[in-house]
Amino acid sequence: MSRLPDGRYVDDAPYHADHEASQIDNPDMDAPTRVLVWRRFKKHKLGLISGIFLLLSYLLLPFVGFIAPYTAKERDAEHLYAPPQFVSFMYEGEYIGPHVYKTTATADLENFRWTYLEDKTQPVKLEFFCHASEYRLFGLIKSTRHLFCAPDGATLFLFGSDRLGRDVFSRILYGAQLSLTVGLIGICVSFFLGIGFGSLAGYFGGRTDWTIQRLIEILRSLPELPLWLALSAAVPSHWGPVAVFFIISIILGLLDWPGLARAVRAKFLSLREESYVRAAEMMGAKPSRIIGRHMLPNFSSHLIASAMLSIPAMILGETALSFLGLGLRAPAVSWGVMLNDAQNLASIEIYPWTAIPMIAIILVVLAFNFLGDGLRDSLDPYQK
Amino acid sequence: MVMTLFMVSALIFLIINLPPGDYLSNQIAELRSTGQEAGVAKAEFLRKEYALDRSLPEQYLIWIGVWPGPHGFSGILQGDFGWSFEFNKPVSEVVGSAMWLTIVVNLAAVLFVYVMALPLGVLAAAKSRTWIDYLSSFIGYIGLATPNFLLALILFYYGNKYFDLPIGGLMAPEFEEQPMSIEKIKSVLLHLIVPTFVIGTAGAAAMMQRLRANMLDELNKPYVTTGRAKGVPPAKLLTKYPLRVAFNPFVADIGNLIPSLISGSVLVSVVLGLQTIGPALLSALKSQDQFLAGFVLLFVAALTLIGTMISDLLLMLLDPRIRFDARKR
Repeated sequence: MSRLPDGRYVDDAPYHADHEASQIDNPDMDAPTRVLVWRRFKKHKLGLISGIFLLLSYLLLPFVGFIAPYTAKERDAEHLYAPPQFVSFMYEGEYIGPHVYKTTATADLENFRWTYLEDKTQPVKLEFFCHASEYRLFGLIKSTRHLFCAPDGATLFLFGSDRLGRDVFSRILYGAQLSLTVGLIGICVSFFLGIGFGSLAGYFGGRTDWTIQRLIEILRSLPELPLWLALSAAVPSHWGPVAVFFIISIILGLLDWPGLARAVRAKFLSLREESYVRAAEMMGAKPSRIIGRHMLPNFSSHLIASAMLSIPAMILGETALSFLGLGLRAPAVSWGVMLNDAQNLASIEIYPWTAIPMIAIILVVLAFNFLGDGLRDSLDPYQK
Repeated sequence: MVMTLFMVSALIFLIINLPPGDYLSNQIAELRSTGQEAGVAKAEFLRKEYALDRSLPEQYLIWIGVWPGPHGFSGILQGDFGWSFEFNKPVSEVVGSAMWLTIVVNLAAVLFVYVMALPLGVLAAAKSRTWIDYLSSFIGYIGLATPNFLLALILFYYGNKYFDLPIGGLMAPEFEEQPMSIEKIKSVLLHLIVPTFVIGTAGAAAMMQRLRANMLDELNKPYVTTGRAKGVPPAKLLTKYPLRVAFNPFVADIGNLIPSLISGSVLVSVVLGLQTIGPALLSALKSQDQFLAGFVLLFVAALTLIGTMISDLLLMLLDPRIRFDARKR
């Protein structure tokens, strides 16, 4: 840097005429798309953490029987509405490993509830890889081994127990199996319909477009919940829990597709004019091939992001329906069914831990939202 | 809009009739099995009276009021909403006052959404990446992720415990069946606080995020920089042009907002026992009280459509460039 007599500064480095030409336009665009996507996604910290959390939760679903100390239907009649127990590590200033205390129940005849007293003098250690009640790993293999379970003679209700003395923690894990998959099945239905109708409308245009547009308008103008209610009221009450589960997730998907179809249609209207679509048409490709091979892959990133953003709505929908008693019903375990117990003010006041499934719901819904945001920002790395 | 409403009514009728049988045939089956033949005759008579013995398309046309029923033309178009079998009263009597309260609750929710979202969204955009921005988006996300009904219960409990807000219902019991008075309005307003908050939070969060994004887009434009360079005071710089431009999508969005608000209000009403049409809908759906359920669903849909229309009109007032009539050649 040298200073000219008139007060300006000039760089001393020699000037190369072709220096600018040798530089790439975007130095950070030097890798395949998936690497670029990953690079961008990594910067979205919240999205990354949410993604890992969700991945772990879904991966753990087949193993809930192993992780949960109890099974979903196991009752402890001695401990109804037991408050959450804390696992402590230190006993009288010494480290003795994870332990709990024995609790004894006494009837409070004045308020007609059970009160639980911890016997602080006798710590009992948790057992690991121990044998307890039987469950089926992956729903197939019978097993009795649990990751950890209650020591002999004591109980282990990490999140308390419910009205029938069932462990809330274990039930949250079992409930995740239904509550987390409801959104996945729903989104499949919604994708199938949304992409189908959207691409038909966008590709063919004309009368098809008009009809589908009207259908979308009607469905979008209707409030979702009353329609969900009406549709699920139509589910026969004698159906088994599995059938009800499938039909509920299909119902959730049935009303979700119009938004997606609109996005697909708008995109198709502009893509239809592209020259590569013309070329494919000229070479005699069928509409199904043009749509499936040439047009859809073009905005799959947009589709994935919008899927991530609609799953939480379905999870909340299932919860609301089950909560109102029109969704999944009692023998099935889902977060909505569990919250059914926390339906009144009394339980919120006296047994607040019955509302703990809410925390699980909030976490999952938030995670899906953050992941969706992160994916939306990163899946199209060529956009500034 | 009339066309849409017509299609919607057909759709609703179809959904209501999805479960096999109807209220009366269920009742007849029950009476038969318990051997009360006297009641059967009455129920059979009612079935004829309400044309439940005819084919479905015919039933639909009679319900709408474009086909003569047992008593001539008498359907929704003529102002006859049918008979509620469960309450043994005409539907209009069952839902009469509930209809008004539903409108009041939803209006309050819409107002709340705007009153909350407007200043917070602008503030979050103006002070983006400060604690105000983060706090408002945190509240927004919580509102989005918490199941409405539980938020309602928890807020009710704490509202009552710490602020002495009333629990349940839309007015103090002594005001029910009373004519309107200042005291009654006050009681209704006090009862409205928690429901409005619960119904509106999710909507307000979404609105706020959108307004913030729009504002940020505008604030990065060169004219704002020019204005700042020329020394326009910050408040004026914010409200004079960027806000007006960012405001359009904000108003247009009401069409998306209203269906979700109404959904929310139905759910929250059931949980909190508000005397809106939510609880009536739930019980009607459970007992296949088809005229009541059908009317409530139709009413809710009509409310949404009217709300959307109002937002279109507002948009035209606000932005003279927008016209919805056909393009002239």
